[in-house]
Amino acid sequence: MNIFSTIGAYLSMMKGMFTKPENFKMYWKELMHQSVEIGFGSLGIVAVISIFMGAVSAVQTAYQLASPLLPRETIAQIVRDTVILEFAPTLVCIVLAGVVGSKIAGELGNMRVSEQIDALEIMGINTRNYLVMPKILGALITIPLLVILSMVLGIYGGRLAGTLGGILSGATYDRGLMENFIPKNVWFALAKAYTFAFIISSVSSFYGYNVKGGALEIGRASTTAVITSCILILFADYILAFFLL
Amino acid sequence: MIEIKNVSKSFGGNEILIDINAVMETGKTNLIIGTSGSGKTVLQKCMVGLFEVDKGDILFDGKDLTTMSEEDRKELRQQIGMLFQGSALFDSMTVEDNVKFPLDMFTKWSHAKKIERVNDVLERVNLKDTNSRFPAEISGGMKKRVGIARAIVLKPKYLFCDEPNSGLDPQTSMVIDKLIHEITKENNMTTIINTHDMNSVMEIGENILYLYNGKKEWEGTSKEIIFSKHDKLNEFIFASEFLRDAKDMRMLEEKGIIDNDRNMEEIMRDGGANLVMGDEDKEPE
Repeated sequence: MNIFSTIGAYLSMMKGMFTKPENFKMYWKELMHQSVEIGFGSLGIVAVISIFMGAVSAVQTAYQLASPLLPRETIAQIVRDTVILEFAPTLVCIVLAGVVGSKIAGELGNMRVSEQIDALEIMGINTRNYLVMPKILGALITIPLLVILSMVLGIYGGRLAGTLGGILSGATYDRGLMENFIPKNVWFALAKAYTFAFIISSVSSFYGYNVKGGALEIGRASTTAVITSCILILFADYILAFFLL
Repeated sequence: MIEIKNVSKSFGGNEILIDINAVMETGKTNLIIGTSGSGKTVLQKCMVGLFEVDKGDILFDGKDLTTMSEEDRKELRQQIGMLFQGSALFDSMTVEDNVKFPLDMFTKWSHAKKIERVNDVLERVNLKDTNSRFPAEISGGMKKRVGIARAIVLKPKYLFCDEPNSGLDPQTSMVIDKLIHEITKENNMTTIINTHDMNSVMEIGENILYLYNGKKEWEGTSKEIIFSKHDKLNEFIFASEFLRDAKDMRMLEEKGIIDNDRNMEEIMRDGGANLVMGDEDKEPE
């Protein structure tokens, strides 16, 4: 498939999602299931990454701001802003593109290859609506929540590394966090989180849903889904930063 | 009844089905046979609407699938049950949930009523006490039976089976064939089976459609196959010497020359060996 037919097929899948559900209760159940899978399933990795991300940025910022002329609170401010603006939404979403994206593509790919999607179609179920839509909605609900959690844990990780490493005291760090805080940054981060959540879930669903062949193709689809999602996340990151900041 | 009228289908310039005409009768097990790549699966997928035909009509009791609106197609599909080659059970669901899925999706029955229906169909396919097991925990034959149970749980009018015997041992294959045949009769369904299993052809083939390179080459019953002079069909059906001998025996049996109840020694003594090995059309003296 060339790029134009791929985009066309992607848009066609998106358009096909919007039909009236056959049974709202079943769709709600599927949405909840997907939200749990995507949200709770990624909680551990997001927590670990976020704490270390904040810790490393605190240590490295302290290393780069060795000048006695700069107040120590600056370290907290830099950690806070880098975590909120970039690390929590972008880095976490790139990790989620790997964790969630490959899972979605693998799951749908396996369903396609083992004819489970055909079985649903023959029952008269719109599989794009029943299988893809809950994944996208589940990602839109849970990924921004994971990003907020990542912001909190990242900032806390910076505090932990700062105090444990004797770089600055807890009180200094907290004071720094309160200084020059721009609430718009949080909204900007959330806008990124929603955009990336949509990219991860829809791109991965597209590659998984359209798998043709066998086990090898499922693996290929997962890899393509992750790579494409990562590239689109970075591209969208630049576009959003350019227009919103 | 399903009527196939002048159906053609091609993929990227490759003609897979060429001007197919056939009638699949109600209450009968209709078999589509042919070598791998002959177009059996494509024809079946066209019939259930998974592939769109390039040309022709597919009529379900007079209603044309090819010109139906999406809503009518959805309605029709709820009257179709399908057993897939690999069973296509939902991995993450138990046997009970797999069979209950169509009921959950399309009925407003109470939970107790759904469970009662699930237990009824599972009992019908001889799978009692497997409700809580997952597809990965049951054998291939059991998966097929769960697939049949799921396909018939909504009491469909049309049952499609794509190679129901693939990957099964001969004994289990016969059990599955018998089950599909019985269910067809009990529910007066129109059943369409894709197969290249010769046991199925001979045992349950009430109406057989033979495809060769995308064309319908022959149509008839399992009895007619025995006497058919169609070279390609004979090459396909009676590929081995053993099967050719079996055909000869069945032919003699059908003509009343030999009796299944008589033992082989008696048949040989009466000159049956010459009949089997020699001129098959020769009448006994």
